[in-house]
Amino acid sequence: MIWSSWSEFFSMGGYGLYVWGSYVVTFICIAGEILLISNRRRTLEKQYSHIEDLDNNETKNETTS
Amino acid sequence: MAINWFKYSSPASFYLLAGKMVPVFVFISVILLVVGLYVGFFVAPTDFQQGEAYRIIFIHVPAAWMSMFLYVVMAFWAGIGLAFNTRLSSMFATAIAPTGAMFTFIALWTGALWGKPMWGTWWVWDARLTSELILFFLYIGFMSLQAAIDDPRRADKAGAIIALVGVINIPIIYFSVQWWNTLHQGASVSLNQAPAMATTMLTGMLIMVLASWMYSIAVILKRTRVIILERESHTAWVAELHKKGAI
Repeated sequence: MIWSSWSEFFSMGGYGLYVWGSYVVTFICIAGEILLISNRRRTLEKQYSHIEDLDNNETKNETTS
Repeated sequence: MAINWFKYSSPASFYLLAGKMVPVFVFISVILLVVGLYVGFFVAPTDFQQGEAYRIIFIHVPAAWMSMFLYVVMAFWAGIGLAFNTRLSSMFATAIAPTGAMFTFIALWTGALWGKPMWGTWWVWDARLTSELILFFLYIGFMSLQAAIDDPRRADKAGAIIALVGVINIPIIYFSVQWWNTLHQGASVSLNQAPAMATTMLTGMLIMVLASWMYSIAVILKRTRVIILERESHTAWVAELHKKGAI
């Protein structure tokens, strides 16, 4: 095992800022991308059920009037 | 039994196929990511010259390779969509752009964080860095051009033009280190000669390259499915999917 302790692992030989700065930003970008897609899908479903409700109301009105 | 080669070129059947493929690629990319990071941080030794800072290579190189590779794939499908007027090809190209732009940004960001301790500067107008920055602007240009045009079909055509014109930038990036030979080092890994890297470092890096490739496929297929739903929302099969709650 290269690292003798966790603190040594996080200090990354003195380059911790640069190494972890790269890895953290990368994982933030990846997580952000995944969230953006599921968010886009959720708004789509909301729009869709909204359209569906409008259609149902419309047909209901036609039958009653 | 004639094989229908074009069965999956219809958005509806591709939507179902992609739905089955996404979990497979998510699973593979997670496994490869864990193995790659383990090899990168716990197996690969300390570099005699750069100490521990070189471990940024395990995301810098995969991101850079993916940024170039995804651009070529995007231009290919945009070209197919333009030539054959196939909407799914253009949808796929549109789905690739954000992931390509993200990898370009990561390549630039991790490169800067690696350059600061090693070169003493975050940024220099070096041939490789500048052409990668141009690649980033090309991705942004592609996305904003498409967003600026209301009719998706016209947006596809416009996007295809910018994508195809921009392809010339990819060989420029790749060969920039030899043609201009400025600050960024040459290719340590190439197809025709032995890699100038320690084996464990190389394996860690290549596993991460595969992980980022699998990740890209999963994310791009996922985004393509959402784009298909957005563009085909008027169709019967989407209405039926929604009724079944399987959207």
